[in-house]
Amino acid sequence: MYNEKVMKEFISPSNVGEVKNANAVGEVGNASCGDIMKISMRIENGIIEEVKFQTYGCAAAVATSSIATKMIKGKTIDEALAITNQEVVEELGGLPAQKIHCSVLAEGAIKAAIKNYLENYKMGNNA
Amino acid sequence: MKKVYLDYSATTPLDKRVLDDMIPYLTDVYGNANSVHSFGQEASYAVDNARRTIAECINAKRTEVYFTSGGTEANNWAIKGISVRYGKISGRNHIITSAIEHPSILESVKYMSNHGFEVTYLPVNSDGIIEEDVLRKAISEKTVLVSIMTANNEIGSIQPIKELAKIAHEYGALFHTDAVQAMNSIKADVRDTNVDLMSFSGHKIYGPKGVGVLYVKSGIKPDKFMIGGHQERTMRGGTTNVPAVVGMASALKYTVAEMEENNAKIRQARDHFIDRIKSEIPHIRINGGMKNRVVGNANVTFEYIEGESLLLSLDLMGIACSSGSACSSGSLEPSHVLMAIGVPIEIAHGSIRFSFGKDTTISDVDYVVDNLKSAVERLRLMSPLTKK
Repeated sequence: MYNEKVMKEFISPSNVGEVKNANAVGEVGNASCGDIMKISMRIENGIIEEVKFQTYGCAAAVATSSIATKMIKGKTIDEALAITNQEVVEELGGLPAQKIHCSVLAEGAIKAAIKNYLENYKMGNNA
Repeated sequence: MKKVYLDYSATTPLDKRVLDDMIPYLTDVYGNANSVHSFGQEASYAVDNARRTIAECINAKRTEVYFTSGGTEANNWAIKGISVRYGKISGRNHIITSAIEHPSILESVKYMSNHGFEVTYLPVNSDGIIEEDVLRKAISEKTVLVSIMTANNEIGSIQPIKELAKIAHEYGALFHTDAVQAMNSIKADVRDTNVDLMSFSGHKIYGPKGVGVLYVKSGIKPDKFMIGGHQERTMRGGTTNVPAVVGMASALKYTVAEMEENNAKIRQARDHFIDRIKSEIPHIRINGGMKNRVVGNANVTFEYIEGESLLLSLDLMGIACSSGSACSSGSLEPSHVLMAIGVPIEIAHGSIRFSFGKDTTISDVDYVVDNLKSAVERLRLMSPLTKK
């Protein structure tokens, strides 16, 4: 059902957990729908220095979470915001059609976290 | 790597003795059972014998057994064939079924509802059982057919079929039961339960895939479903799958003869599994009641994790089980059965069905529980829902 790359990311995902002293946190999805992704980041000088995720969901949700965090680590906010779910899926070498919606979760969580950061920044809470 | 199959409710391995009984009909005896020459007559003789064996196993008459391509076809035929014919004869236009039926029943009644029939879906209690009063309240002189499964495929709950059939008959309605998941562990006796129609299949009882039976009580005549042949006394066209029907009869014969012994063994393995996970894995829930439940079923919700990721984690350890995971079916709805027994939607996605069979050993169960513990722990570490 899944390709090797997806299975590899599912079996040993990167960046699992929560970033200490995170200044950007985003969470999307809900338990009733069967998937939730929570992402936390430490952004310094507009660069994503640290990023970690926690995901409740299927193997595709875990794999996209893992690959998406790898894709944005060390990138600028603008670069991270420009990443689409299609690029996440491509990076994984493709997902079964009924699983494409899982990749939207990762894109959504990244955007939510950065939005959270920008709101904190505007309010002068940027630590 | 050790391999453990705990998905006997999806399908069972073919019993070697059944295969031996089938082999001659896959090789030497290849005639068309409808041909008049000796090649055909030899095949026809085998089909007659298979029909007689099956009839004896369920306490029916030989002429009440119709071969089909499987449980799904038998269910389609029963629902559509009875509603169409008896709806026309009696003017009745109401069908009653339950909220926890197999999709082949649910989709068939939905099809009938698109053709002018009213459908009532009976709710179940938290154990997954249909209470008699619930049927009494729903049934009327307009009801043409009541179809209630003998045992549920997801949670294994066993319905009071004899009592429900009696109520249907009081109102002049016919009664069908989908017994696909029950034939392995519950002795079927159509004279005792007095059901009018009963569906079951070969591959759930260590027989071949692609073959099933619809039992139809003498005097009842559903509309034909598969037309264009003289087979099955003109009721179901299509060249008879001789090796499959021979295999189905052989499988049912062994199943009935060895039922008590296998049930005891399977129950022991299943109960050992449930005892261990209850004491060793926190935040789980056993779905469905333990009293009226088939011996081989355990349906478990693991809080904070999603079913498909657990299913795949176990698969990597050589363990096969099943999830009603909405995510793998492309829909976001969790299992209709778990919803019907009141499993909260937030945790329903984390449900797995483990189904045990006659080859399951205690050491298999121990291997599964040991690996299950580590898989659940790993996924919970990853989950944002896990309570710290």
